Amino acid sequence: MAHHRLSPHQWMILGLVSLCAPLGDTCLSRGMTRLPAITLAHPATLVAAVFTPWIAIGIALLIGFFASYLTALSWADLTFVLPATAFGNVIVALLSKFWLQEPISLERWAGIVLITIGVGFVAQGPAMTERPKMPAGAQSDRLVEEEQAR
Amino acid sequence: MTVPSSIQSTGPWAAGAMIAAIVLASTIGEVLTAAAMKSIGDLDEIRARSGMKGAIKAVVTCPLFFAGVTFLALAFFSLLFALNHLDLSLVAPASASLTLVTNAVAGKFFLHENVDRRRWASAVLVCIGVYLLAH
Repeated sequence: MAHHRLSPHQWMILGLVSLCAPLGDTCLSRGMTRLPAITLAHPATLVAAVFTPWIAIGIALLIGFFASYLTALSWADLTFVLPATAFGNVIVALLSKFWLQEPISLERWAGIVLITIGVGFVAQGPAMTERPKMPAGAQSDRLVEEEQAR
Repeated sequence: MTVPSSIQSTGPWAAGAMIAAIVLASTIGEVLTAAAMKSIGDLDEIRARSGMKGAIKAVVTCPLFFAGVTFLALAFFSLLFALNHLDLSLVAPASASLTLVTNAVAGKFFLHENVDRRRWASAVLVCIGVYLLAH
């Protein structure tokens, strides 16, 4: 198990974490804005919204995000995985600039640069805090000591 | 600097309390979920050993995981509540960027992660970056 350095498969999982959440949110937002206004008087329309294509794709992407996020947390620190989720915002901003031709203000370019530098900092370090594993003998000795102390 | 209209109508203390509730619930949720996944072990290895069913079973039979998901759900509903009173352009960047810093603190003290200078710097840079990007 590679704690310090991640395998290509693990980098791919982190990539999915970054991509799936913002893309899923974008799909949900696109789907919800196309629907007529939903009021609490007709909650059934909210359930029906789940089966519209954009919202269904959004939910599928968010399930993908949660599965890859949980997988990443099983072999990397929380303080390593969270900047990766923030990097998704950069991907979406760049997609909206080059794909949807939306303008990006100077403030947002500054945000993109700061997040990229921040994520680069963390990515260079170890993914997981190394914890010394206690040998089986030492562990049972400690249990005996604890029993005696009681 | 102009004060957003939603803060003027809600009051700065109430706005701060709503954002604090989101940050607190999501930090507790993230820390509990991370602790649950560490206690379960490497999911890739579990999946290789006992298949996808085994990996799902390992996650859904962990009580810590459900405690984490409960707090994440609480964070989601706090967000919905705040959006009912405040502007999205204030709530989303403020809560997302503050959560990054509180998670770094919680990661150090509760999960005993090695939050070195590199990770502190990263948390602060990403926090400011998210705010600038989403504001």
